[in-house]
Amino acid sequence: MAAVRVQRDILPGFHWALGYSLLWMGVIVILPLIAVFARGLADGIEPLVRVALSERAIAAYKLSFGAAALAALINSVLGVLVAWVLVRYRFPGRQLLDALVDLPIALPTAVAGIALTALYASNGWIGQWLEPLGIKLAFTPGGVVLALMFIGLPFVVRTVQPVLADLGRSVEEAAATLGAGRWLTFRRVILPAIGPALLTGVALAFARGVGEYGSVIFIAGNMPYQTEIAPLLIVIQLEQYDYVGAAAIAVVMLVVSFAVLLAINLLQGWARRRMGGRL
Amino acid sequence: MSSLLAQDVASETRGVRAVLIALALVVLLLVLLLPLVAVFYEALRQGFAEYFAAVLEPDARAAFALTLTVAAIAVPLNLLFGLAAAWAIAKYEFRFKNVLITLIDVPFSVSPVIAGLIYVLLYGAHGWFGPWLQEHDIEIIFAVPGIVLATTFVTFPFVARELIPLMQEQGRHMEEVALSLGASGWTTFFRVTLPNIRWGLLYGVLLCNARAMGEFGAVSVVSGHIRGETNTLPLHVEILYNEYNFVAAFAVASLLALLALLTLAIKSFLEWRHADALAASHRH
Repeated sequence: MAAVRVQRDILPGFHWALGYSLLWMGVIVILPLIAVFARGLADGIEPLVRVALSERAIAAYKLSFGAAALAALINSVLGVLVAWVLVRYRFPGRQLLDALVDLPIALPTAVAGIALTALYASNGWIGQWLEPLGIKLAFTPGGVVLALMFIGLPFVVRTVQPVLADLGRSVEEAAATLGAGRWLTFRRVILPAIGPALLTGVALAFARGVGEYGSVIFIAGNMPYQTEIAPLLIVIQLEQYDYVGAAAIAVVMLVVSFAVLLAINLLQGWARRRMGGRL
Repeated sequence: MSSLLAQDVASETRGVRAVLIALALVVLLLVLLLPLVAVFYEALRQGFAEYFAAVLEPDARAAFALTLTVAAIAVPLNLLFGLAAAWAIAKYEFRFKNVLITLIDVPFSVSPVIAGLIYVLLYGAHGWFGPWLQEHDIEIIFAVPGIVLATTFVTFPFVARELIPLMQEQGRHMEEVALSLGASGWTTFFRVTLPNIRWGLLYGVLLCNARAMGEFGAVSVVSGHIRGETNTLPLHVEILYNEYNFVAAFAVASLLALLALLTLAIKSFLEWRHADALAASHRH
C-alpha cells in the first residue's frame, strides 16, 4: 500500500464533483437503461425473441433503419453542398442562412411533424403539385424519409462545416497547378479530407433518425407493416400494457444505437488523427 | 498578382458559384424554412381572434404552465450535473475518464420513446418500484414527476458537453493561482471559474431549455395525456391536431416555433459576440 502515495491536490472538490456526477448519472441514465435489458430478458430469451423478431417488428425496423439510412444518404449530399456554400462563398443573407441550419434542432419535433404534414398532404402547398405527377409523400414511407431529412440535415452540415473551414487552400492550389479541374480537385483532394467528418455527420443523422418519433408519426400514416416505425411499435406495446414486448423492441433498438455510437466514437478518433490533432 | 492568380485557380467560376449558392438556397428554404412558414400561416388562417382564442384557452394555458414548470426543474438539475461533471473531467486526471465522457452522451443516441419507456419500467404500476410507490401513494408515471424525469433524461448531456471542452481548453491554472493567493474553494469557483465559463454555460442552458420545453416522444410515453393536468405544450399540439382542430393545433405550435426562433437568435448572438468564450467547435 505504501507504493500508492496520494498527493493532495490543491484544487478542491474532485471527489464531491465526480461522486455527484456518477450518482446523478446512475439514477437518471444507467439504472433506467439496465431496467430495460432486465425487463426484456426477465422471462428468458424466448419471449424477447418472439416479440422482437415478430413479422410486424421486423417490418418496423426495416422502415426505421431503411428510412434513416436513405435520409442520411440524401443529407450527405445536401449537407456538403450547404456547408460548402456557407464556408466558401460570401453573399447577402449568408449569416441568416447559417443560423437557419440549426432550426431542426431548436424546433420541437411535434411542430415539425404537423408542419411537414400540412405541406406534403395532397392539398398542401407542395403536395398539391406532386400529386398530379403521381408522387405521394404524406402517409407513405417517403414521408418518413422526408421528416428524417429535416431532422438530420444540421448534423451533417455542422460536422462538415468546421473541417471545411480549416482546410488549407494550398493543397487545392497545388492540385490546380498540377492541372486538376475544380471537380477533380473536389473529388480527389477535398472529399477525402472531409471524409471522416462527413461519415461522422451521416452516422449522427442516422442515429437520430432511427429513434425519431415526434416529427415522423404525423406524416407517416402509421399503418402496421407499411408505415409503422419501431418507436411507435414500442408505444403501442406499452398502451396494451405489454411491458416485456415494449422492452424487447427497445433492447433491439438500443443495441443498434450503441453500436452506432461506438462507430461514431471510432470515426471521430480517426478524424482527429487525420486532421493531425487540429480538431 | 500572385495572390489573384492563386484565388482564380483554387476557386470556381462565377457561374458555378451562382448555381451552387442557388441550389443551397433552394435546399435550405424548401427543407427548413417552408415548414416554419407553414406553422404561422396555418395558425393565422382564420385571423388573429381565432389565434388568440386558441392560445389563451384554459387547457392551452395549463399546458404552457406545465411546460414552464418542467423546464424550470429539469434545466437546473442538468445545469448542476453539467458543472459537477465538467469540473471533475476538465480539472483532474482519473482512470476511465473517456468512458465517462462517452456515457454522458448516451441519452442523445437513445430514442425519445425509449427515454420514456425506461421510467415506466421502473416507476409504472407494473414497474420495479411500482408496488412500493403505490403503497406509499406516490405518483410518478402519468404525473408531473415522470414528465420531469423523462425531460431530464433527454436533456441530460446539453450543459455538460458544452462545458467539458471549454473548461479543458481553459485548464486549471487560474484556479490554482486564486487558491495559492488564499481564496477558498467556493470563492475560487464563483469568482474565477464561473465568470470564465458564463457564456458557454448560457449556451448549454439555452439548448437544454429549448429541448426541455419542446420534448415530445419521451414525455408522451410517461404523461398519460390528462388535459389540464399532465399535458405539456407539445402534447397539447398533438391532441388538438388529432381532434382535427388544426387552427388551434398550429396556433399552439406557433408558440413553440417562436421559442425555437428566440433560441436560435440568442445562440447566433452568442456565437457572434462571445465566440472567444465558447468552446472551439462553436467559433465559426
